[in-house]
Amino acid sequence: MAAPLSIQLEFGGGAELLFDGIRKHQVTLPSQPEPWDIRSLLAWIKENLLKERPELFVQGDTVRPGILVLINEADWELMGELDYQLQDQDNVVFISTLHGG
Amino acid sequence: MAGAGPAARLPEADGLPAPEENPIPPPLPLRTELSRLEIQRYSRQLVLPETGVRGQLRLSACSVLVVGCGGLGCPLAQYLAAAGVGRLGLVDHDVVELSNLHRQVLHRESRLGTSKARSAAAALREINSAVQCVPYELALGRDTALQLVRAYDVVADCSDNVPTRYLVNDACVLAGKPLVSASALRLEGQLAVYGYRGGPCYRCLFPKPPPPETVTNCADGGVLGVVPGILGSLQALEVLKIATGMGTSFHQAMLIFDALEGRFRHIKLRPRNPDCAVCGDNPSVTALQDYEQFCGSSATDKCRMLCLLSSDERVSVEEYKQILDDKVHHVLVDVRPLVEVDICRLPQAVFAPLSKLQEKDEGCLKSLVQRICEARQPSSENKAFPVYVVCKLGNDSQKAVKILQGLSYQGLGLISVKDIKGGLMAWANKINPEFPQY
Repeated sequence: MAAPLSIQLEFGGGAELLFDGIRKHQVTLPSQPEPWDIRSLLAWIKENLLKERPELFVQGDTVRPGILVLINEADWELMGELDYQLQDQDNVVFISTLHGG
Repeated sequence: MAGAGPAARLPEADGLPAPEENPIPPPLPLRTELSRLEIQRYSRQLVLPETGVRGQLRLSACSVLVVGCGGLGCPLAQYLAAAGVGRLGLVDHDVVELSNLHRQVLHRESRLGTSKARSAAAALREINSAVQCVPYELALGRDTALQLVRAYDVVADCSDNVPTRYLVNDACVLAGKPLVSASALRLEGQLAVYGYRGGPCYRCLFPKPPPPETVTNCADGGVLGVVPGILGSLQALEVLKIATGMGTSFHQAMLIFDALEGRFRHIKLRPRNPDCAVCGDNPSVTALQDYEQFCGSSATDKCRMLCLLSSDERVSVEEYKQILDDKVHHVLVDVRPLVEVDICRLPQAVFAPLSKLQEKDEGCLKSLVQRICEARQPSSENKAFPVYVVCKLGNDSQKAVKILQGLSYQGLGLISVKDIKGGLMAWANKINPEFPQY
């Protein structure tokens, strides 16, 4: 059994608008048989935090195109993307890319 | 953006030479010394060991293509011209509008309605007449981009839409030019240098374009002028560092700025992706594509026009004016966000933001139904009671009509819901010129 994890989620670049405009969420992921990874975190967010129109945030089992995921201030691709195993007190940021100028 | 090649020519309103007389200027000469006046002018940066005479000479031999002369392009070009860059290519197909002036700080009230590329060039010549400013009054397209990018040393993406960002990226990769890219919206900004010294290109990071419905422009989302000002200035800094030989801090990193928190985040990015479609080892993109098709959106930041309703579910502003003049009993529902209602409103409107309707907010729906029931005359119980929906431009109003058509409340009775085509901005344009436009 993986112990419960306390992590900080942040949303920016407009992605926060799908979460009532709230940018920072301190959340506790419950204990579960498998270790928590980004894949299961996304499923948890979809189930527990997303209010409306989940397709604007997740597509399939990953984030929609145009959202950059940062794990502890680094591009998630350097960390193993969906397979990264979350640690207690991790910081995960979802940034929607901006195009305006 | 299709078809707007160098042949597109606007009347000469400002007395500047037409840009197409010399669209691709020859390479800048490499100089070996600075003049007395140059030494005086640039003395404060010449004494910096990081630039020095060598850096200043490199800068004077450097040409920078500025894609977009708006909120990012203006401060960027201003600092590059002041610092003594050799040449600035200024690309913009748009004209200066009143709603640009809060952030596009090279443009002047006296230049409203004139080309942004030429307006910027004129302002920059006043700052530093030694800098060659070449305006290109065109929307960068697949037919023009590569030729232009090849003619410059560094490219600054100061554009305002998704297709142009992919186009500029691909052109830079194909031409082997560093791309200094920034973007800004609301109170946030992002900056990165793409395709430089083993770092990723824009496509390495974003292989697939975002769904069009997730993209917000400055007109819809708003932007505080100083935010692109900060990002454009940072962008100028990175161009100067590359041009003078200092290198950049962002070839494999992104800077994310949150103005509300006053916070900069420096994010380490992935390296170049060997499987990238354009900069990978076996690229599938070897020539420029149709980027509007690739992104499913047009290459402007103008607001999209939705078409969700049939014509008998919509009225024009003229028809709605007639309804008012004929004193027809009805309810007008304004579905804009509260912050926009505060800017301007029609006196007879009731307010129900689209977001509340979309989440089926009980309080909002109940008070709306109550207002409709109050307005409905007892004699017309059997006839469908007219409800009109309005927003800023006539897009959200269509979504709201779809929602309200499905409304079923006890005691509501039959209603006929239509939207007002073109919204309040059409009302301002065609019916009441005193009504504010924003």
